[in-house]
Amino acid sequence: MFMNSIRGIFRDKKQKCNFSFSLFPGHVKDRERAVYSYTARMSLIRGVLIGIASLLLPLGSATAAPLTINIEKGIEGAQPIAIVPFGSEGAPAPQDIASIVASDLQRSGRFAPLAERDLLARPHRAVEVNFADWRALGTDNLVVGNVRPIGPGQYEVQFELFDVFKGSQLTGYRFTSGAQELRTVAHQISDIIYETLTGQPGAFNTRIAYVTAAGSKRGRTFSLQVADSDGYNPQTILTSKQPILSPAWSPDGTRLAYLSFENNRQQIFVQDIASGRRDLVASYPGLNGAPAFAPDGRRLAMTLSKDGNPEIYVLNLASKALTRLTTNPAIDTEPNWSPDGSSLVFTSDRGGRPQLYRMAASGGNAQRMTFEGDYNAKGVFSPDGDMLAMIQGQGNTYRIAVQDLKSGEVRIVSDRSLDESPSFAPNGSMILYATNEGSQGELAAISVDGRVRQSLVLQEGDVREAVWSPFGQKLTVNSIFNQTNLNQP
Amino acid sequence: MKAFAKLLFITLSVTLLFGCASPKPKDGAAVEDRSGAGTGADTSGAQGGGISGDPFNDPSSPLYKQKRTVYFALDSSEVSSDDRPTVSAHGKYLASNAGQRVTLEGHADERGSREYNLALGESRANAVRQLLLAEGAAANQIQTLSYGEEKPAEDGHDEDAWQYNRRVEFVYGSAQQ
Repeated sequence: MFMNSIRGIFRDKKQKCNFSFSLFPGHVKDRERAVYSYTARMSLIRGVLIGIASLLLPLGSATAAPLTINIEKGIEGAQPIAIVPFGSEGAPAPQDIASIVASDLQRSGRFAPLAERDLLARPHRAVEVNFADWRALGTDNLVVGNVRPIGPGQYEVQFELFDVFKGSQLTGYRFTSGAQELRTVAHQISDIIYETLTGQPGAFNTRIAYVTAAGSKRGRTFSLQVADSDGYNPQTILTSKQPILSPAWSPDGTRLAYLSFENNRQQIFVQDIASGRRDLVASYPGLNGAPAFAPDGRRLAMTLSKDGNPEIYVLNLASKALTRLTTNPAIDTEPNWSPDGSSLVFTSDRGGRPQLYRMAASGGNAQRMTFEGDYNAKGVFSPDGDMLAMIQGQGNTYRIAVQDLKSGEVRIVSDRSLDESPSFAPNGSMILYATNEGSQGELAAISVDGRVRQSLVLQEGDVREAVWSPFGQKLTVNSIFNQTNLNQP
Repeated sequence: MKAFAKLLFITLSVTLLFGCASPKPKDGAAVEDRSGAGTGADTSGAQGGGISGDPFNDPSSPLYKQKRTVYFALDSSEVSSDDRPTVSAHGKYLASNAGQRVTLEGHADERGSREYNLALGESRANAVRQLLLAEGAAANQIQTLSYGEEKPAEDGHDEDAWQYNRRVEFVYGSAQQ
């Protein structure tokens, strides 16, 4: 049929890039004297729609309009930190590393980077730092660094983090990276700083997948996008004239499952992000939706109505074996795995209105989890499994709620009336969700403690159904060097 | 004669499809549509045109001046008593036109979760399907497809729009032949 040809066909361009990094040799303790190298296969999707598809689909280009992130609420009590613009040798580096790091840390809501104009000095190395200057500014921590070209399109980036009051270096790393990966290096630096100072892993080197819809209701174009967690580098995964829903990340962050109506029916695909190759995994009569990867990455929970009404099934992606988990005449949908893979939470209206229920991953009896609000749906576990985020409806107001699974306490964390699709950051610090500002669909991210709120807005069109990726591919940090008393007061 | 019938059928299908693709006027006509009076917004416009054989304009057809959209209450899949005659007329038409196919497109308003709304849209389409079968339509004449909240008829964010978005549309001629 004609519609079959309107599939997004993508060609990817895999870029092999090598990150190598070493602890600063001069500062390394003997037992840590080692050079760690790491090869990351960075994938830059240059999706090029080819053939008929490119003529029909206006969003055929892989590079889409970026999301703009606005910080709307924060940062009371945030920790002051000075991030000095990195030094550069020769031509200026193609990315302003310090500014990327500063905006990462600011977005977290836990840090208040000093404005650049307030910096008293511009040191780039430990020996250039006069801690007394920085103490006078009342800043707790200081980041300095340097970017040095070491070959065509190759850079060496180094940074150091200091405790200003102790006058000691907390950590420092050196990276080698291609020009294309400098933003990734910056996010890695943010992750290291965040973890060093808060004790929790950072989630800056991560991505988000989301669906955009542009055009009028007569001729809407839907697009599945993947961007860095700061909204940069948006890449098109799929473009369609028919709705795209429910993107879900594989646990290793390399694949997305989603529901597409591109063939005028509901079908679930699993697509490899780097190559654009995809498999059709469900195309039964009726509903085929709500895909959710098991923590092992080998099974996909989903909703199918092929046996009469919406039920939860688990598909083994290798063997294609399909196991039915629910048998109830009501609607059962939106399965989400507990992080340990032992149970699933799902939405069911078996009690009348939609509420969340939990059952073992093998199926069987389900226990109702939610008792507040008229309506509870789209439950998702926090990465540590201690909390459940959901859409809670009360009258005409639908907001994101978080339930503490130990105490049972429920808190509403969003503040508008059509909030939906909650998704936790992989470190559990923030919840990303979809909301409406006026008539435009936008995304928002709120810290789980409610202190920080950001909006993620497209210049034109709606953005919705955002899901935060798992942790990104990391430089393997096997040891952290720590040289104290670098510059005694 | 057979060829003519086939041509007529294709023409009819195409016109009907065009009819459904045309937007429903935001105010007056949509209200008429709900009241069941007149031709309603769904049947006015492109697909009318006085083409002979159009069951929505043929006084001898059970679909004469019938609506092709029925509406639902919040979180409900129950066909209202107001809409039952409409569904019944479609069922009678299908029963007496065994070659005709219909897709029941189920929709929901935007509130709540998208996947639950897909399930709700399907429940609505299935509720209509059961009534069509009860009127003698054959199972192979009817397909269901839920779009949930993805294709609103009205773009607003309040009950004025939502009441027109919780619906099932009859789309003729689009099922597999």
